[in-house]
Parts: sequence; C-alpha cells; structure tokens
Amino acid sequence: MSESPKECDRQGCPNPAVVHLTQVVNNKSTTQYLCKSCAEAKGITTEPAQEFDVADFLAQLGDQESSPSEPAESCSFCELTFDDFKKTGRLGCPHCFDSFDSNLRRLLSRIHGATQHVGKVYLPPDPATADLDRRLDGLRRSLQHAIEAEDFERAAILRDEIRDHEGTD
Amino acid sequence: MDDLPVIPDFGLSWLDASGPDTDIVLSTRVRLARNLQGYPYVSRASHGEREIVFRTVSRAVDRSSLRREAVYLRMTELSERARQVLLERRLISSEIAGLQGGPDGGVAVALSPIDPVSILINEEDHLRLQCLMGGLRVTEAWNRVDRLDEELGRALSLAYHHEFGYLTSCPTNVGTGLRASALLHLPGLVLTKEISRALQGIAQVGLTFRGLYGEGSDVVGNFFQISNQTTLGQSEEDLVDHLTRIVSTVIEKERQARQVLMRDAGPVTEDKIWRAYGLLRYARSLEYEELMNLLSGVRLGVSLQLLPLPGVDPLNRVMIHSQAAHLDEAAGRVLAPADRRAHRAAYVRKVLAGAGPPTSEAGY
Repeated sequence: MSESPKECDRQGCPNPAVVHLTQVVNNKSTTQYLCKSCAEAKGITTEPAQEFDVADFLAQLGDQESSPSEPAESCSFCELTFDDFKKTGRLGCPHCFDSFDSNLRRLLSRIHGATQHVGKVYLPPDPATADLDRRLDGLRRSLQHAIEAEDFERAAILRDEIRDHEGTD
Repeated sequence: MDDLPVIPDFGLSWLDASGPDTDIVLSTRVRLARNLQGYPYVSRASHGEREIVFRTVSRAVDRSSLRREAVYLRMTELSERARQVLLERRLISSEIAGLQGGPDGGVAVALSPIDPVSILINEEDHLRLQCLMGGLRVTEAWNRVDRLDEELGRALSLAYHHEFGYLTSCPTNVGTGLRASALLHLPGLVLTKEISRALQGIAQVGLTFRGLYGEGSDVVGNFFQISNQTTLGQSEEDLVDHLTRIVSTVIEKERQARQVLMRDAGPVTEDKIWRAYGLLRYARSLEYEELMNLLSGVRLGVSLQLLPLPGVDPLNRVMIHSQAAHLDEAAGRVLAPADRRAHRAAYVRKVLAGAGPPTSEAGY
C-alpha cells in the first residue's frame, strides 16, 4: 500500500516480488525480493503450511518393499484392514493400534516426531498400581508447571488430587 | 422439529469481546478428542453402537458440572437450518451437520447457555470437549476443558495407551488429543506484506494456520486461525504455552505493522477504513464475503480508535448473525439471495447505528 511493488531480483524475471527473503549468514543480513515462482524454485512457499497428509504417507507405505514385520491383515476387534485405513486415513477402533503396531508407530513418528505420550495420564476406573504411579508422575509434572507459571488456583487443585491418590496407595 | 428457540445465545459468549487482545484475537478454542474403550470409532460404528455411545456419554455428562445447564441437541432432531446455524457459530463441524445426505443417528452436541464448554458426541471421535472463549485465553480454555475431562474420565472408560496416550480415530490427534487454536485478525501484516514471513515462521515452530472455518477453508477478511500441528510428544501445558507465546509474538508484530502502516500510509489507510465504515453503515445490499472484507477495515479502524465505535463486540455479532442461516432464521423463512443481501445490509446498519455514541452521526 505504501510503495510500488518491487520487481523480482532474479535476472530477467519481470514478475512483481511477493516474497522478501532475509537471510543472516555470518552475521551479515541480506534481503532478496522474489516473485512467487522464483521463490518456489528456491523451495520457499507462500502457501499455507501443508498439513501432514496421512493418505499420502500411507500410499507411499504401500509402495515400499515388504517390511520385515508384516502387519496383521485386519484388526481383531473391528475388522478394519490396513488397506481400508490407507484409503480413509481413519482407524476403526482403539485395538487397531495393537493390530497395526509397527506401521502405526512409524506413522506416528513421522507425524509427531515422537511416539511416547508425555501429557496427561488417564486413570481408568479400575486402576492398577502401575496406572496410579504413572498418573501421580503426570500430576506432579503438571503441579510443577502450574507453580512455575504462577497458576496457583490450578496448583491447589492438582495438589489436592495428588494427596487423594497418595492416600489411596 | 425446529429447536432453535432454545439456542439463541448458546455458545456465543466469546462474541462479547471480553478477553485480552480481543481487537486482534477474536477467539481461542481448545478441544480434546476422546474415545470410549470397547466401541468402534464413529466411522465404523453401527447406528445402535452410536446410540449406546450417546447414552453412555450423556449419563456421564449428567453427573458432571456441566449437568445443570446442558442441553443436548441431537442432529436428527434438528432442522437443516438449525444445524446450519450451529455450523455458522463454529460449534459443530460440517461433517456432523449432515447438510448433504442428512445427519447420522447418535450425533449430538451438549451445549450450555453460560458455560463456554461444549461436547460433541459421535463426531469423528466419540467425544470432543471444546471450550470457545473471546480473546487470547489458551490457558484458561485448557483449564476448563481439562476440568470437564477429569470429571468425565472418572465416569467413562476411555481409550488410552500407556505409550501413545489418548487414542483417536485419526493418527494426527493421538497423544494428548489436544488442538488449541486462536483466530486472529491480521490486516496490518497483510497490508505491509509481512504476512507470508509471519506464516512461514509459524510453520517453522510447529504450528499451522488455516482460514476462518477450519481445515481447507480460505482466508477471508484477513482472519487466520493458528493452531498446534502435533499432539504427541509434548505435554498439554507445553502445547498451550507454546501457542500462547507464538500468538503473543504475532500480536506484537501485527501491532508494529499497524504503526508502520499509519506512519507510512496514514491518510490512505484512514480513507480505506472510513470508506469501509461508510459502506457498512449505509449499504442496502451486501454479500457475505464483501461484508467480511469491509468488517476487516472497520475492525482495524476500531482497534486504531479512528472510528466512533466503542469496541469490536458489535463487529463480532455482525460476523456471526449476518450469515445465511442466521438471517433466514431471523426472518422465519428461507430468503431469496437478493432478499438475503438486503436483510444482511439492514441488520448491519441497525447494529452499527446502535453501536456508536449518539452523536457519532454529527458532521458526517
């Protein structure tokens, strides 16, 4: 709005620059002005960051050589086949995670960069001791966080909860 | 059949624009995806199984703190227009609104007139707990859904894996099942052409952005929805803190951009803002998309205190209530496109006339 659009810096390119690329190399900052296609040629995109495409990844998975541990043909509980999952990107039930363990593990790692949940620990209605221990660890982590964030209302709730669980040990 | 009279204000508390940085952040949403153990996910469930899930969940909700005010709206019992209204309020997804082919049985939303928390039942996952608040309030919204999740978790047997965490139908939600998002109005960054750099930065720190109506929607009226991309490997608190920090930085950049805009192109910007206000204030026919673009200018003008409007809350109201199904609902009939444009313009005029100080017309 304030100035007329700059032309693309790439020699011979007449398009208006839409990307301002500032790079800092050895403490020296340089700015390049590029049009959309020249920016894309450099691997810079102005489009929304692509969501991780489950379907795409799954399609590639199918093309790979047969993996050492072939997944089960279908889920023992909901009978979803891995092919079904590849088509829709949706699992059929909680048991699918056991039925297709190795493939899903790889997929989770690709999507999230991790497979270990470190958040809230769910306590089932009839908890085993190991469940309680994990839950307590999780609550203590949250308490620590709440104190650091000076969220004392939440800290008080968490402290009561920890006390309740310790009482049931 | 038409249950709308019971939900006129439900799920709209964020419109009052009471939260922090509300001139830039329209709303914050935090949602948790949960599933019941022992049932197939919704996409593979029979009608009977979905019905059992609905009853199991609603029994648990009835014993929770949401109980006192919760109203269940079952999609099969709502008219198409009522479902469209809920969709326009961003309370349900188009997937469960069933606007093509009709809704599925067992699909419902539990809403409260005073609580910003609501529960979608039998959407993509058995349960989706969500909290929608005005302004940037990620931690507060998270605390609220967490509290309800605790209560429901005690009454329900949830699908949980000791390594992967909460299990969901789509692998992109596994782990915490948490998606936190903020809806931002960023005209300054767009006009100073800094927006692609900002969005690139957002993508580099593990966040993603979309248009106003979620996945696959276009960016309209300079509104951007920013949310966490991954749900596994970080705690809920870390995800929430991270989003808050990054969004705060974006807000700061947006405010700087607005200063630059006023410094370098003050008269042009001011003219555009007043033109947008003038059109909205006096137009006799408005398309929704045109309205959204004009609202963007007016919102900027209110934020910069250039216009005779006390706050952005009337603009929030206009944004929601001048959508097609809301206008039809208010008129009590399906409006023809030209009538709808006229009703929209009349509604906007009325709201803006009521929103300004009584003397605001003097001299203009």
